[in-house]
Amino acid sequence: MLFRRGMATLSVILGLFGGSSAGAADKASTEWTQVLEAARGQTVYWNAWGGDPRINAYIDWAGEQAHERFGVSVVHVKLTDTAEAVARVLAEKSAGRSEGGAVDLIWINGENFAAMKRNGLLFGPWLDRLPNHRLTDPANNPELNLDFGVAVDGLEMPWARARLVFYRDTVVLPEPPLNTDALLAWTRENPGRFTYPLPPSFLGTTFLKQVLIERAANSSALYNPVSEADFAAISKPLCDYLDALHPTLWRQARSFPENAGGMRRLMSDGEIDIAFAFSQADASAGIDSGELPATVRNYVFDAGTIGNVSFLAIPFNAGHSNAAMVLANFLLSPEAQMRKQDPAYWGSATVLSLGQLTREQADAFRNLDLGPAALPADQLGTMLAEPHPSWTEALEAEWVRRYGVR
Amino acid sequence: MSLGLGLKDVRITLEGRELLALDCMIAPGEVLTVMGPSGSGKSTLLSFVAGFLTAPFTAEGRIELNGADITDAAPELRHVGLLFQDPMLFPHLNVGGNLLFGMPPGGRARATAAGEALARFGLDGFMDRDPATLSGGQASRVALLRLLLSEPKAALLDEPFSKLDRHLRGDIRRFTFERLRDAGLPSILVTHDPEDAEAAGGPVVELAI
Amino acid sequence: MLRLAPYLVAAILTLPVLAGMLGALIPSFGFLPVLGKTDVGFGPWRALLAWPGLGTSVLLSFLSGLVTAAIALSLALLFLAIFFETRAFTWLRQAIAPLLAVPHAAAAFALAFLIAPSGFLARLMSPWATGWQRPPDLLIVQDEWGLSLMAGLVMKEVPFLLLMALAPLAQIHAGERMRLARSFGYGRVSAWFKTIVPALYPLLRLPVYAVIAYSSANIDVALILGPVSPPPLAVQILRWSNDPDLDFRMIASAGAILQFVVTAGAIAVWILAERCVGLLVRGQLVSGRRVAGDAGFATLGRGLFPVLILASMLGIAALGLNAFARVWRFPDALPGRWTMAHWQSVAETAGGPIAATLWIALLTTLLSVVLVVCVLENERQRGARSGRALEFLIYVPLLVPQIGFIFGLVLLAEMAGAPPGGGLVAAGHVIFVLPYVYLSLAEAYRRQDPAWTKLARTLGQSASGAFWKVRLPMLLTPLLTAFAVGAAISIGQYLVTRLLGAGRVETVTTEAIALAAGGDRRLIGAWALTQAILPVAGFALALAAPRLIWRNRRGMLGGSR
Repeated sequence: MLFRRGMATLSVILGLFGGSSAGAADKASTEWTQVLEAARGQTVYWNAWGGDPRINAYIDWAGEQAHERFGVSVVHVKLTDTAEAVARVLAEKSAGRSEGGAVDLIWINGENFAAMKRNGLLFGPWLDRLPNHRLTDPANNPELNLDFGVAVDGLEMPWARARLVFYRDTVVLPEPPLNTDALLAWTRENPGRFTYPLPPSFLGTTFLKQVLIERAANSSALYNPVSEADFAAISKPLCDYLDALHPTLWRQARSFPENAGGMRRLMSDGEIDIAFAFSQADASAGIDSGELPATVRNYVFDAGTIGNVSFLAIPFNAGHSNAAMVLANFLLSPEAQMRKQDPAYWGSATVLSLGQLTREQADAFRNLDLGPAALPADQLGTMLAEPHPSWTEALEAEWVRRYGVR
Repeated sequence: MSLGLGLKDVRITLEGRELLALDCMIAPGEVLTVMGPSGSGKSTLLSFVAGFLTAPFTAEGRIELNGADITDAAPELRHVGLLFQDPMLFPHLNVGGNLLFGMPPGGRARATAAGEALARFGLDGFMDRDPATLSGGQASRVALLRLLLSEPKAALLDEPFSKLDRHLRGDIRRFTFERLRDAGLPSILVTHDPEDAEAAGGPVVELAI
Repeated sequence: MLRLAPYLVAAILTLPVLAGMLGALIPSFGFLPVLGKTDVGFGPWRALLAWPGLGTSVLLSFLSGLVTAAIALSLALLFLAIFFETRAFTWLRQAIAPLLAVPHAAAAFALAFLIAPSGFLARLMSPWATGWQRPPDLLIVQDEWGLSLMAGLVMKEVPFLLLMALAPLAQIHAGERMRLARSFGYGRVSAWFKTIVPALYPLLRLPVYAVIAYSSANIDVALILGPVSPPPLAVQILRWSNDPDLDFRMIASAGAILQFVVTAGAIAVWILAERCVGLLVRGQLVSGRRVAGDAGFATLGRGLFPVLILASMLGIAALGLNAFARVWRFPDALPGRWTMAHWQSVAETAGGPIAATLWIALLTTLLSVVLVVCVLENERQRGARSGRALEFLIYVPLLVPQIGFIFGLVLLAEMAGAPPGGGLVAAGHVIFVLPYVYLSLAEAYRRQDPAWTKLARTLGQSASGAFWKVRLPMLLTPLLTAFAVGAAISIGQYLVTRLLGAGRVETVTTEAIALAAGGDRRLIGAWALTQAILPVAGFALALAAPRLIWRNRRGMLGGSR
């Protein structure tokens, strides 16, 4: 406990005095001190997906720390879908409430961020005001400045990295299919033993994008707005693939699991043999809790898998934006990021740049045991970037048009 | 001042049709028996006297009790007691609670008085009994005792013996009228049963439709 | 004061619903200024009608409303026909409350796990009877035709209709009718359908419409048991309103209006069917046939009743097993390894939600009971029933699809500047608790003999004295039952709590459904049981308290006065 507190103090000091020039640092530190003062006694209503008890426990921990250290109380508003929070901010804006809003901090990325940015629902820019922002080394990590191809513009803080990984029981399936062609061949031989979550669930749409990136003749078009491309031509390989795949899927694709959790449950029940998740930690956590067999291991496609960064944003009318920034800054501290990456607590990869940390801190990150199912960092393969968010909408609409009708 | 229950030019009508007209004086200890078929308005008369007359019935005339005009008084201020076909002992109270419910407030003496009164009625030690465990005859006696202990100035009896077993009816009837007479209450009895009228011994009014 | 009660209740029941509907209607024509959408037109409607699979969604909602109601009503009437005034009937009366108290979502989870190809039944039968080492690839749960959805709804609606039938049965002197008809030589089932149902059904009509409305527009059960692609309309509306593309909010609004139309249409078709059935059976009633398939119906009912009860109980038991399971692989009939971890996790996090659930449930139910007693007392003092208008208004929140007006309501609360939180949530709960409290209390209240009050007043009590000392104590049992019913309804509310509380108010139900998104059935089991225990405990208390208080007052127990 003492050690932890010491480390936090250290990180605050680092944050406060780590600026490039003394004058600028002074100014920044004065500003930040003002934020800290204004935040004391406030309550942050943090809207974040509440479907994973381990993430919920992590958020509780962060709340306790923020309360102890900064006098900031945290309430986790447990969402089933991030868009709920967007809807709430929208309703407040329609009702003319431009301050004292009910949402202070949102765990967000991709489409939801694009929609909020487009509709002027965001507070900021505030990212540069955070002392710990420097630790992410934004200049050398361009993926932190783009959220699904949309410029972050300091309106949200990078918080976690996510990576699409497949998993299977190595006893049942020692040699899993490593690309989309192999997957189709395998499902033809093993009908009913694979499925994907229903689009537009986050993971379901990600699977569509993963297939499209691999099969599209010209994947560079995916990184520009869909309106600038010939959607029908570019998406045709995906549609052809799904047409072939669907008859071989679980329930002949007449039904789909609702989301990642639903798919893990099918794996647990022995209904399917291959599943996937947006985190290395998912399968490990399943093994730990007994939901999945101990012989389950992650794997990735040869050509790489989609990865992205998720962020924290503050709505334009947040009632407690100062406290939200204080909490966000704490969440970006090495201590909080370390605990987040530890699969014993959560297992979500850090956004910090190890080069910006002290030697001990960096070693601690490097030596962290990532859990029984996880692949070592060097076997994780290429990370494929998320397409422009407009593709998400277009792909979802096309999927519903083709497969959402009977 | 004239003691007794006076009905002065009482007329009860239902949608303009006259059901009954009465003008009489019931002396203390006297029982006026009102007889007539169903729908003749005899129960309505009791409602009027007790203060419960509701639409579509209307009534004219005055009610005087021991010289005071009670026609417009609230039911609880009239001091007119009621006995129904059923004993209607409050099921959520014990026998003692039923008696105390009707007694005027005041000290511990009430409970003692209630206990002694029970003994006089042949129900010694019944204070804590559950009313649901009483026999029909016992329940009728408790109901009568509750009426008497509430110190009414008049009593209204709405076919109180009609549901009793034949072999009990005579005894209870005799017992009731004796107690009402002893208490000096002017009473109105509504009934179908000519034997009731005979036992009451007072004047009889026959209603027709 | 008392005179205002019916108007106040009518306002509580209708104004939020009307306002919420308006809040859906306006954006459905493209008017949502905050998004810069002010060109009024049919854009959202065109987009709605062009939505792929909309026809199937509408048909699913429409049919699940009608089919669920038809089956649930048939079963309820059949069970009553067979068990009315038998020893089993007493048991059935008592079994209804706990069955009803289990929240819809928990019951749906239980059924889903029971009947899935990798579910509890399959595990019990495998591999020794079925030969399955792996679950077969069969679409049972979330099937395209919504059969599992309808089955789940029927399981919850049969107890509801049974409960709703109990009061009218006493009112129409069903026992006497039955004895009379049987003395004429009619068989039990024929006697029931020829002499009791014609009088009973008119009194059951509004509850049946409520079943149609709920079944055609619910979210909780449809999310768990309904088909996924395309889903029932209400689920599709939820998806639209959760879409990150904010333009979909307007389509969702139009969808909400369409949901009203679909639900109203289903009820209209039902009313038409009522007329037809009425005409068809009129001759049958006086045909003089004493026995018409009585034995067959009796066998059917005797067979189905245990199936319904057993399925409910097995499902809950299986959910319970999950809550203690660490490892439970197919086809093991029981978990291979056990753990208390899920309960520990519940114990660590459930304190706050349980407290919030309880205070909201107690406050809203208390308020509702007070309002309902005021309405009923006013009605009694004025000597006339509140009239058909109020009787109908009571059903408004049950007949209008929740998904349609709640979103509008949130907008309204925002505009009124009401801060989201417990108070607003409690106010929202009252809209749904009030009708059920009224339905469960009204009959007992009206049946109480007015002579008790007269008697009390001739014994010197004022009107209010008679009310407090005689009427209320004598009504203790139905009051407690109404309290338990109201609390159960409040505990089960999801959408209202979620939206009016801006997610800040956590109850056991919002918590359970948030975790359901994570998909871990063992944790869901622990939370669903936690969610079910509260209302069941409420009913147990409502049942036990009078027995304790009135242990020496036989007249207050069992008999209806």
